[in-house]
Amino acid sequence: MKKILDKYKQTGRDSLIPILQAVQDKEGFLSEKSIIKIGKQLQLPVSKIYGVATFYNQFRFQPKGKYHIQVCRGTACHVLGSATVMQELERTLKIKNDETSRNGKFSLEIVACIGACGLAPVIAINGEFHAKVNSKSIKGIIKSLK
Amino acid sequence: MYITVNNKLIETKKEETILDVLNREGIKVPTLCHLKGMIPTGACRMCVVENIDSGKLVTACSSPIYDGLKIETHSQRVNESRKMIVELLLSNHPDDCLYCVRNKNCELQDLASELSINERRIRGRKNKLPLDRSSASITRDPEKCILCGRCVRVCEEVIGVACIDFVQRGNKTIVGTAFGKGLNTSSCVNCGQCIMVCPTGALTERNHFAEIKDALQNNDLKVAIQYAPAISVSIAEELGMEAGTDINGIMNAAIRKMGFNYVFDTTFGADLTIMEESAELIDRIVNTKTLPLITSCCPGWVKYAEEFAPDFINNLSSCKSPMQMTGAVIKSNFIEQEKIKKEDIYSVAIMPCTAKKFEAQREEMTQNGISDVDAVLTTREFVKFIKLFGINMHNLQPELADNPLGIRTSAGKLFGASGGVAEAAIRTAHFKLTGKELMNFKLGELRGMKGRKEAKIKIGNLELGVVVINGLANTKELFEEIRNGRNDIHFIEVMACPGGCVGGGGQPIKMDENAIRNRAKSLYKIDDNESIKVSHKNPDVQKLYSTFLGEPLSKKSHKLLHTHYQKRDVVI
Repeated sequence: MKKILDKYKQTGRDSLIPILQAVQDKEGFLSEKSIIKIGKQLQLPVSKIYGVATFYNQFRFQPKGKYHIQVCRGTACHVLGSATVMQELERTLKIKNDETSRNGKFSLEIVACIGACGLAPVIAINGEFHAKVNSKSIKGIIKSLK
Repeated sequence: MYITVNNKLIETKKEETILDVLNREGIKVPTLCHLKGMIPTGACRMCVVENIDSGKLVTACSSPIYDGLKIETHSQRVNESRKMIVELLLSNHPDDCLYCVRNKNCELQDLASELSINERRIRGRKNKLPLDRSSASITRDPEKCILCGRCVRVCEEVIGVACIDFVQRGNKTIVGTAFGKGLNTSSCVNCGQCIMVCPTGALTERNHFAEIKDALQNNDLKVAIQYAPAISVSIAEELGMEAGTDINGIMNAAIRKMGFNYVFDTTFGADLTIMEESAELIDRIVNTKTLPLITSCCPGWVKYAEEFAPDFINNLSSCKSPMQMTGAVIKSNFIEQEKIKKEDIYSVAIMPCTAKKFEAQREEMTQNGISDVDAVLTTREFVKFIKLFGINMHNLQPELADNPLGIRTSAGKLFGASGGVAEAAIRTAHFKLTGKELMNFKLGELRGMKGRKEAKIKIGNLELGVVVINGLANTKELFEEIRNGRNDIHFIEVMACPGGCVGGGGQPIKMDENAIRNRAKSLYKIDDNESIKVSHKNPDVQKLYSTFLGEPLSKKSHKLLHTHYQKRDVVI
């Protein structure tokens, strides 16, 4: 954290987004602590930083779970039923988009398209693709991870 | 330079915006996001006018003016566009106008009526967002928010706090605090300027009506009430009288009609504050303690200092605010005299301020766990109270406030306007230091609406440097100067709201700069006409010192009238 901030010591508020990206890369999410630290360095109110960070989909405010599940909600996946897949995941994991389960095991993220439309509907767990999933097969996948 | 507005040629100046010209010409163009004196954002698109040559709709608030510009302000196209915007704003708005605090006093409601929107053409999904009642002063209802962004800008640009901003994006956008937490844990200083600019009922003060009504009903309780110096000149327009009229006596009569047992004027507390604060100023100058001394009457400013300028906490005067001083005297000296038990008195204060609600419940403002002031009403709430009790202010004969806190000087009255505390303090400090009164009581350079005023005042052979700030954002530059070594300032007065308390966040909503000016003018007129112009000549204050407190800064006054501050660890 300190290293990242030191790197941007000479810059102003225009480097807010690169800093946020670097911090998220390093820590996996933007914690309250790190946002406050960034605010102190850039002399920006925390509410402003939070406003900017929530504007973009790429930033998350909870750590990723042990299994980070990305659900593709692109056009092809949507047509083949990714909405029900998402619903099923929300129901079984009891978390919503961009949230992490209490035991820290699962986190959910909606992504626009992961470029595997031929495999639709597709989800990626820790970067590993699961093709042509449906609300039934998804249960099995989750069970195997538990 | 000439432009044509609705086929009429109008002369304009280069630096004006279309909106300025239209306002000057008396043509009303509706606005929602516009704030006078601030850089336009052009976000709400309500002020669009039709450019005849290009055929485009352009925003009057932000489009540049040029010679030969031809516009229509109320063409069919313009009207339909405006109507559509309001219809869209209404599509997801909760339909609870009848139960809303801002009913009949709401810009969105007014626009809907002006644009004759009589049916719901567009149905949107209603917002379902939680009410934020965490703050002691301000309640936020994001469901009623139309995202005009005025509160965000006032909070950042006028107050310099920026505890709220737009969060999320697209149709999920809301105005919220950092990390979506309650306002109470944010850096909000409770000044209420956001309420003053909110066009709808999304921002309101925390209401204590029920408790006060209960107290009035309770026969075992004696209910005392005090009102701030700014109140008597701030409610006239709400009651159909000329803005700025001083209706002090009538107010006393009205308050008694409501059933309050004792009526006090906080101006007495202001005089008391001046006695203590001028003594503190002299003590700090003579004994070369921490200077400059900074006033602590404004609870918004005090919280701001605790959060944003903790290095200046030792500069803050240890004096409580006039409200808390009056409250402390009521719940000590007064109840002793009247032989009332401390549990049997309920103390209410009418303030032009929302931050006072926060101040009243501060831990430092209690004696043995009992608050000195139990409930605070804003000016707005007081007007509602008058109406609730069906009191016709036009038929009342003026009455005097209760003793022994009844007599006040016009110096205390000045507290209501920016520069007033400094002026009153200097009058008394001058007398205490030199034994003589000021030649001219009027300190013109400290008066007026300017955000920062400075003066050098000769007291004997001391040249007293005074700075007066209104609008908290203006403190930033000054403090930077002091941190960088500026040392010719002895006394700083800070008021959070523009214009001081007369422009406070608890004042009637539809307030323009003129109303604030009129109120200040009215206070200065009282000062011109009254015989006792200095706090140290207030006979009741003198009596309180001789019979109860001893002298300024005595042990007893330290216990009752002084307080302390601490650095606040909040997310800023």
